[in-house]
Amino acid sequence: MARVQRYADGSRVPGWDQAVDLTKEPAPVPEPATTPVPDELRATIEAYMAKYPDRRSAVIPALAAAQRHYGWCSPEAMDQVAAVMRLTPAYVESIATFYDMFENEPSPLHDIYVCTNISCSLRGADELFEHFVETLGDDAQFNVRSFECLGACDIAPMASVDGVYVGPLELDDVPRIANDARDGRPVLPSKQIANRAVADPGAAVPVPDPDAMAAGPLVPPERGRGEAAAPEDEL
Amino acid sequence: MTTQVLFANIDEPGLNTIDVYRRHGGYEALPKALRMTADEVLAQLETSELRGRGGAGFQMGKKASFLPHGSMDKYLVCNADESEPGAFKDRELLQKNPHQLIEGIVIGAYAAGINRAFIYIRGEYQLQADILDAAVKEAEDAGFLGERILGSDHTLSLVVHRGAGAYICGEETALLDSLEGKRGNPRLKPPFPANQGLFQGPTLINNVETLSNVPHIIRMGADEWAKHGVSGSAGTKVVSVSGCVQRPGNYEIELGIKTRELICGLAGGPLPGREIKCFFPGGSSSPVLTAEEGLDLPYDFDAMAKAGSMLGSGSIIVVDDSVPIVEVAKKVAKFYAHESCGKCSPCREGTNWTVKMLERVDTGEATPMDLDIIASVQDQIIGHCLCVLGDSMAMPIGSMVQKFRAEFEEHIERARERNELATVAPEPEPVALHGAQPDVGPY
Repeated sequence: MARVQRYADGSRVPGWDQAVDLTKEPAPVPEPATTPVPDELRATIEAYMAKYPDRRSAVIPALAAAQRHYGWCSPEAMDQVAAVMRLTPAYVESIATFYDMFENEPSPLHDIYVCTNISCSLRGADELFEHFVETLGDDAQFNVRSFECLGACDIAPMASVDGVYVGPLELDDVPRIANDARDGRPVLPSKQIANRAVADPGAAVPVPDPDAMAAGPLVPPERGRGEAAAPEDEL
Repeated sequence: MTTQVLFANIDEPGLNTIDVYRRHGGYEALPKALRMTADEVLAQLETSELRGRGGAGFQMGKKASFLPHGSMDKYLVCNADESEPGAFKDRELLQKNPHQLIEGIVIGAYAAGINRAFIYIRGEYQLQADILDAAVKEAEDAGFLGERILGSDHTLSLVVHRGAGAYICGEETALLDSLEGKRGNPRLKPPFPANQGLFQGPTLINNVETLSNVPHIIRMGADEWAKHGVSGSAGTKVVSVSGCVQRPGNYEIELGIKTRELICGLAGGPLPGREIKCFFPGGSSSPVLTAEEGLDLPYDFDAMAKAGSMLGSGSIIVVDDSVPIVEVAKKVAKFYAHESCGKCSPCREGTNWTVKMLERVDTGEATPMDLDIIASVQDQIIGHCLCVLGDSMAMPIGSMVQKFRAEFEEHIERARERNELATVAPEPEPVALHGAQPDVGPY
C-alpha cells in the first residue's frame, strides 16, 4: 500500500540491473552560467547554506524550497539546487530519492497524506484511505498517498492535507476536505490539530486570560505551491 | 491522577509566544543556571537522574558529562523527528510550549559547553516547525539566544532544521547523517556521538521532552524535581495513549502509576463491550503485553523492562479483542520494511521476509511451522545491525507470535479452510464421485 517505488526484481534502486555506461562521463557540478536559477530560489538556498558549518546540510531545505517552487523535484529543479550549492546532480538526486516527502514525478496541486499506520488503522484508517482513493484517486488536482505514522494518533484516523493535520475523520469528511482544498479555504477548521486541546484533564485552562486572548489563537500558516516561501518563514 | 510540570498552562492561548511564557515564570531558570558554573548545572542534571524520553532511557546528565571539555566545536542536537508509531507527545510540546524547549536547550548547551544547537524536526510537522521558527526568533530578539546570553560568557546559535520524511532519521546517528545533508543511514557505534558526532565534533543528542524538563530541574532544584516519579524513573512523563481507547491523547503522569489507571482511567478504557487484548507500552517497537501481564504493573522504565518490554518513548497503543493479532503484526512489519534504510542485510531482508510470511499466514498458504521460521528470523535480526530499526520490528513481532501463537495457528487454519472451500465449491462433480457431500455452504 505504501508507495515505495519498486524496480527490477522488487529492488528500490532504479537501474540496478543495468550495466554502467563506462564511456559516459559523470555529470559535473552544473555551470552557473548555463543553469539559470530563479532569483528568489537562489536567495533562499543561499540563506540556508549560510546557517550551517558545512553547506551540504542545506540540501534537504534547498530541495524542499525547489519543490515548493516547481511542485516536484524535477531534473531541472535538482540541477538548479546542484548549481547553487556547487554539488553534483547525482548527489542531489540521491537525497531527493531517499526522503518520502520529495516528489520524484510531477505531482498534483494538493497533497493528501492519509496515515494508515497501526494506531490510525485500529480506528478505521484503511477504510478512510480507500474512500479517499475512490473519491479523489482520479482527480488530477489531488495526490492521495497512504503515509506512515504522522504523529497524531490522538486524532485518529487522520490525514495531512497540504501539511495541515485534520482528524478524527469520518468518511463524510472526504468530499468536504476536497472542496475546501479546491476553493483555497482552510481545511475542516474544527478538526485541525492547531485548535485541539490537550486530552490531559489536569491541563485544562481554568480561566481564560483576556490579555493572552489578544495574542490570538494558533492559526495554521498559509502555504501553497508555485511560490517560494520567504526565507524568514523558514529560518 | 495527572501532574502538570511540562503541561502546566499548556492550553493557555498564546503560550507559544514569549510574553505569555514569561508571565508564567518562563526564562527564569536560565539566568539562575547562568549564575551557576557549567559544572554545577551539569551536576544538577546528573543528580536529577533525568532519563532520556526518546526511547533508550539513558540518563541525560551522564550523557552530557561524556562530552570532552574545552573550547572545540561541540554541538547539541534536539531530536524532534518523532516518527515512532503511537508517539505524539513531542508534537504537543513543540506546538504549545516551544520556549520551554528552547530554554532547556540553552541551559543544556551551557552545561556541556556547547555553542551551536540544532533542532531536527520531522518535515511533516509543518505547523510545529513554523511555531518553533517564530519562537527562536523571539528568543533571539529577547537576548536568550545569540552572543553572550544575558551578559554571560555563554553563546549559542540555534537552527531549526526540517527533515523530509524518513523514520530512520529518528535514530541518532542517522539523524546526524541527515543533518549533514546525506541520506539518513545509521553509523557504526562506537564512536558514540558524544565523542564524534555532527561534523565529527562531540555532540549531545536529546529528545524534545528530555530537554523540556531541564528548565524545571534548574527552577525547582534537582532534588525537588526528582520527588516526582519513583526511584529509577524520576520525574513526570507525557504519555501518548492511542488505539482502541475512548479518550486517546497525551497525559502527563508521575512515572510509576498503575498502567491500568492510565489506560482505563485517564484514557477511558476500551470501547463499550470490548476487552483489551494487548497493548504496546512504548510505541510500536516495544514487545506487546497482554492485559493480564501489563495492566497491573507500575508504568515506569524498570517495571516495563522487567516484564520483557520497554517504556520506550512512552506511547501506549491499545489493541482490543475485535482486532485479529495477524493484522496488527502485518501493519507493524510492513511499516518497518518500508522504513528500513537498506544498509544492513538482516534488517533489509528480514523485515521484507517477515512481511511476506505474515501475508502467507493471512492468505492461508502458511503452515504452523512457518511461525517458527518467523520467530527465528526475528532472533537473527536482533543485535545484528548498526541500529535498532530491525530490532524494533523483531521484538514486537516475536512477542506477538509467542504470546498469541494459538490465534496465529487458528488464523492459518481458518484461511486454509476458506481456500479449500473456495476451490471445492465451483466443481460439484468430484464431490459426487467420492460419495461424501462436504458442507460447503452458500459460497
